Amino acid sequence: MATTQTMTPSMKRERRANLRRNAFYLALIAIGLVAPFFAYPVFLMKVLCFALFACAFNLLLGYAGLLSFGHAAFLATGGYVTGYLLASYPALTPELGILIGTAAALVLGAAFGALSIRRQGIYFAMVTLALAQLMFFFYIQAPFTGGEDGLHGVPRGHLFGVISLRSNLAMYYFVFAIFLFGFALIQRAVHSPFGQVLKAIRENEPRAVSLGYNTDAYKLVAFILSAGLAGLAGSTKTVVFQLASLTDAHWHMSGEVILMTLLGGVGTLFGPVVGAGLVVSLQHMLAQSPLGNWVGPILGVIFVVCVLSFRSGIVGEAMKMYRKNFK
Amino acid sequence: MTQEFILETRGLTKQFRGFTAVDEVNLQVREGHIHALIGPNGAGKTTVFNLLTKFLPPTRGEILYRDKPITGMKANEIARMGMVRSFQISAVFAHMTALENVRVALQRPIGTSFHFWKSERTLDHLNDRAIELLDEVGLREYADVLTVEMPYGRKRALEVATTLAMNPTLMLLDEPTQGMGAEDVDRIVALIRRVAQGRTVLMVEHNLSVVSRLCDRITVLARGAVLAEGDYQTVSADPRVREAYMGSEAAAEETSA
Repeated sequence: MATTQTMTPSMKRERRANLRRNAFYLALIAIGLVAPFFAYPVFLMKVLCFALFACAFNLLLGYAGLLSFGHAAFLATGGYVTGYLLASYPALTPELGILIGTAAALVLGAAFGALSIRRQGIYFAMVTLALAQLMFFFYIQAPFTGGEDGLHGVPRGHLFGVISLRSNLAMYYFVFAIFLFGFALIQRAVHSPFGQVLKAIRENEPRAVSLGYNTDAYKLVAFILSAGLAGLAGSTKTVVFQLASLTDAHWHMSGEVILMTLLGGVGTLFGPVVGAGLVVSLQHMLAQSPLGNWVGPILGVIFVVCVLSFRSGIVGEAMKMYRKNFK
Repeated sequence: MTQEFILETRGLTKQFRGFTAVDEVNLQVREGHIHALIGPNGAGKTTVFNLLTKFLPPTRGEILYRDKPITGMKANEIARMGMVRSFQISAVFAHMTALENVRVALQRPIGTSFHFWKSERTLDHLNDRAIELLDEVGLREYADVLTVEMPYGRKRALEVATTLAMNPTLMLLDEPTQGMGAEDVDRIVALIRRVAQGRTVLMVEHNLSVVSRLCDRITVLARGAVLAEGDYQTVSADPRVREAYMGSEAAAEETSA
């Protein structure tokens, strides 16, 4: 009785917050559904693929406190496996190709995770970087990747063998659905019994151990999930652009996803989406302007400004301001 | 055969690059006791603690829990057996509420802790038990408060509630009153006395007034080895203990007064 009385105001507040959140999500989904009529669908798909990649990375850095510097390996593995299969086996439908590519990244994630998860901080970052470099050199040499040239002309095919993905609009809705699935999975994982333990480990690992948790196992599951979702992003990207190349495997890509995540706000659900949107837009705009060769330095300056002046990223800072002014 | 001892060490030794931090310690903790481990700074108390709870591997020696060797086990496995430790610096999950802190300890036995596809709402049935535990340490009104916003003394109480959530048979408390004002010290002493009912407690403590009020048996460590053992009267009358504690005892008495 007393319990229900003391809990009521906070539960009411929670219910209101849930309603607001659901309304917000619905509005965003609506925007996502009409977006291809106002912007170039291929550009939007690129944003969505990188947003999913950054969200996957953020699951590891923001919610498990692990800074991987080798996530390009998973993006590239998803991309290459899917690209090779779809190009070699015309009967294979795109969703199956993406599924297998994702599974390959998942398996690679399990192997990399098992090798790296016991290391802490900078050592963890170095081990993941070394393993990712290993994959980079493997993909240069491996016969099925096309080496320096990459894989071109990967067919988009027919979704479920029925819906042609040749039209960018159809392709867009497929990518949007994949993104929503990935985002929802991450949001659920963060707010799950598993997410609670992960949070506890990030906050105070020795204490989590003293409560009986085998913390390495939880970190490994987070790593595998993150690798799988990064692979899903890579597989999807390959189908969209019909190519898989070494760019995805290069360590630049591992750095770029860190940039996107930090810029948008690490440890926030929407931060990586905003960060990916911003970085991809800038690259897109600058590539068409006379400043085309200056993309790297300009992004670098933005990154420095971000780290120096708003450390919790765009979404992190916005949430701080919201809390200060409206609560 | 020695069932009255819940925890026992035989020849427990830890060396760090040739430096012997813990030297042939034979410790026996009797079931139901509040047992204190005291000694001047650098005596190796916390190292012994870390050895007992498997946060450090021993160089030599054996650890027995209810006559069963646990020397080769992992830290988290020992916790599951009912031997739960606290830490010198308050070990809480800062960006979780008090209720969530306790609930994390309660949720493991349920077996869904790897279920990343389930809602955290599936843990709500543990809330009543968590609030009960918070109530036990006087923190009921803090249930919805983020731990980072709680005063220091309350964090230590929260730590006790979290430890209790494990339903431990043996609680290992590492300096539970460290860094506290007199008022908080009294509250924690009363709390430890209360939660020690039906349990065994092994604590490292600097504050001798706390030790004299609480503990049934005291082991004094100096330079990594056992210097003396007995109840407070015996130990405090021992001239070797007085010598080892010269100065620091007076300081401890002062802070506790």
